[in-house]
Amino acid sequence: MDINWFTVIAQLVNFLILVWLLKKFLYKPILNAVNEREKKITDQLKEASDKVAVAQQEKDEFKRKNEDFEQQKKGLMDTVVVEAATEKTQLINAAKAEAIAMISKMEKAAKKEQENENKDLAEKTKKQVFDITRKALEAIASVSLEEQSATKFIKQLKSSKDDEKQNLIDAFKSHPDSILVKSAFDLPAKQQEQINDAVNDLLNIKTELQFKTAPEIISGIELSTKGYKVAWSFSEYLNALEQEISAK
Amino acid sequence: MELSPDQTIFWEYGFITINLTLVTTWGIMLLLIVSAWLVTRKLKTDIHISRWQCFLEMIVTGINEQIEEVGLSKPEEYIGFIGTLFLFIGVSNICIIFPGYTPPTASLSTTTALALAVFLAVPFYGISKSGVWGYLKSFLQPTWIMLPFNLIGEVSRTLALAVRLFGNIMSGGMIVAILLSISPFIFPVIMNMLGLLTGTVQAYIFSILATVYIAAAVRNAKEKSKTKVITT
Repeated sequence: MDINWFTVIAQLVNFLILVWLLKKFLYKPILNAVNEREKKITDQLKEASDKVAVAQQEKDEFKRKNEDFEQQKKGLMDTVVVEAATEKTQLINAAKAEAIAMISKMEKAAKKEQENENKDLAEKTKKQVFDITRKALEAIASVSLEEQSATKFIKQLKSSKDDEKQNLIDAFKSHPDSILVKSAFDLPAKQQEQINDAVNDLLNIKTELQFKTAPEIISGIELSTKGYKVAWSFSEYLNALEQEISAK
Repeated sequence: MELSPDQTIFWEYGFITINLTLVTTWGIMLLLIVSAWLVTRKLKTDIHISRWQCFLEMIVTGINEQIEEVGLSKPEEYIGFIGTLFLFIGVSNICIIFPGYTPPTASLSTTTALALAVFLAVPFYGISKSGVWGYLKSFLQPTWIMLPFNLIGEVSRTLALAVRLFGNIMSGGMIVAILLSISPFIFPVIMNMLGLLTGTVQAYIFSILATVYIAAAVRNAKEKSKTKVITT
């Protein structure tokens, strides 16, 4: 159990060599690797933390933008709804107005059509009535009737009111040669003379009237000058009746 | 029966003797260095590492943590010395599982050498932290009367380190040898298993005591410098 001092010294040296070699080949490389890995992990954690922070920031930003967008969308939707409601109201009003206008127009058109139809009907009726009347009067018209007519015309001429007389005088004075007497049949000379005398008396002049046959008068006599006319005939009655019916 | 591998001499020339202790030590040194080199030549700094790298990292970081727990704030300064103590003693003792192997730690010369290394390392680290005078003054603490006791304590603990390790390992080897001669089956295996545990514990005790001694020297130096700062 002796201590071999050479062995002690050798072991001491061996140990110191081993310390140096293990420092070089074991502790340093291992500790460096561990430190490097720790640093790498720390860096990665920091990077991850930074990324998380950035992601959180982006998330917040996105959330904020989303909220803004939602708010804008809501605002726009509200505006659009209001505008749509306004537009709807306007369109409805316009449609109503258009419909009213159209209804009015249609009513007018219908009314007009009705009126036209009525008018046509009235015209046709009137025409038929007058045609029938004319035919009937033409059928019964004769020279004796014509004589009665001339008599009646003279009587009417004589019983003219003052203003009517004045109108006739004024018309005659402005166109002295244009007095024309129309009759449905050729008036006998006696009748023509009576009429001529009556006119001369009335106008207090001496003139010769022109006589003309006009079958459309049906029966009666018509005295006309430019601007004025005096007549007694069935046609005149019929025309007056026609005007009265048309006016209604 | 040979009590120490020192007695197995391979070559001798005057004072110089190449004995089994030295040869086994060289073998263990070679094993440690080659293993370390093989593993550390392909070190990875990624998350995924090899099993051997993981094993070595566990050992190195474990030693580092132990040193730090004892009270040395910068373990990387001491791991070279303390870690080598642990690994050398530990591997020397664990190799008893090989038949015919005699650990170098069963030699009083080796344990003395290691204890001497600790004996020298304590003032080395103490002086490096607080200077020669600062370290020497630590022997006068708490009063100058304690100087002889401190000196005796310094020497005796070195002696205790050497003898404790030698006694444990040598006795383990001897018990196995005795048991082999009495009952060659089963019992030597159980004793060898116990020897593995004892050997590892002894490695731990030796290195942790060395750490404590160094830490005490460094702490004394630190306390000194702190006191100096406060008084100034």
